[in-house]
Amino acid sequence: MKCRVCRQPAVIDLRRHNANFCAEHFVEHCREQVRRTIDHFKMVAPGDRVLVAVSGGKDSLALWDLLVELGYDADGLYLGLGIGDYSDESGRYAREFASQRGLHLVEVDLRDDIGFDVPTAAAVTKRVPCSACGLSKRHLFDRAAIDGGYDAVATGHNLDDEAAVLFGNTLRWNIEYLGRQLPVLPARAGLPRKVKPLVRLAEREMAAYCVVRGIDYQVEECPMAAGNRHLGYKEALNAIEASSPGAKSAFYFEFLDKASHLFANRAQTERDGLQACQSCGTPTPGEVCAFCRLVERTAGATPVELTVKAPPL
Amino acid sequence: MQVTLRNPRRVLEVAGPVRVSALLDRLEIHRDTVLVIRNATLVPSDTLLEDADEIEIRPVISGGSS
Ligand code: SF4
Ligand SMILES: [Zn+2]
Ligand SMILES: [Zn+2]
Repeated sequence: MKCRVCRQPAVIDLRRHNANFCAEHFVEHCREQVRRTIDHFKMVAPGDRVLVAVSGGKDSLALWDLLVELGYDADGLYLGLGIGDYSDESGRYAREFASQRGLHLVEVDLRDDIGFDVPTAAAVTKRVPCSACGLSKRHLFDRAAIDGGYDAVATGHNLDDEAAVLFGNTLRWNIEYLGRQLPVLPARAGLPRKVKPLVRLAEREMAAYCVVRGIDYQVEECPMAAGNRHLGYKEALNAIEASSPGAKSAFYFEFLDKASHLFANRAQTERDGLQACQSCGTPTPGEVCAFCRLVERTAGATPVELTVKAPPL
Repeated sequence: MQVTLRNPRRVLEVAGPVRVSALLDRLEIHRDTVLVIRNATLVPSDTLLEDADEIEIRPVISGGSS
């Protein structure tokens, strides 16, 4: 196989684009996709300071690398989730990446700084770990961005992530979520702008980007992810994609183009009904926001020991 | 050749030469869900792998829902 651009031997074939690339032109392809996404959705303006939500996995490290290479002013934020060895290791990847490149990594630790960890929160709330985890991430990234004077929080959601979330929300006709599933959410009182510059790139492209750029990342899966719905949606979409390449990106981008505005009202109504959390000031439909309630509920809970092992491939 | 799989990590011995696409078919792995890395370099699906190669088949699908 030969690179589509220079005819040198290719390192990757992308069926979705019906194209093969050498290392150099693959990196260029990724940069171009991110540049187009940022421009098209007006995600970042010149001079903006961006805070990248860094997990130590492929997507967030690739995103940070891409933003810096494209000339953006981007710092990282790593959130320690307290998920045993998995968290210890992911923190090491994030720190190593930052120190090798002389980048600034802010760190927040759920257990040390807030008082709970994800496994304990899951046990106390009797809900799947990803729910307390996601809530904490959103809240703490927003807070860190506001406190640090950043203009935007950038997350490493890729095309596969967004398509899977859309699939799940569509299966349930989750109107509120459909109304705000956008690649950029503007800033509003108490909340920073949120951007997803990787939505034009597939999961496999992000992993390949890391390998080609020599970025060490955590390949092992979070032990809490085993058997969650999100993975099932990805599998279903991959099965469809296998028989009709391009279906996944059409599903997501045609939604943005043709359907997402139909749900915008609902999202707006919901936003209008929000008030400042009495405890932390975050916009919330109730008096106290979900994160502050979680902090309250987990206070004094005995930390849960992790016994779960990573799922098989 | 030595083929390392991840999540969880395990090592298989596979006789070469074999093409990347054929190796994945044999292991019943869908090519869009992995990268194939030979001696630390990415290789496309038509690459012929030899007995002396060290191969890693790295999954690319992450499961987090946030
Ligand atoms: S899989 Fe779930 S618990 Fe694990 S890091 Fe992702 S969101 Fe958090
Ligand atoms: Zn090339
Ligand atoms: Zn609050």
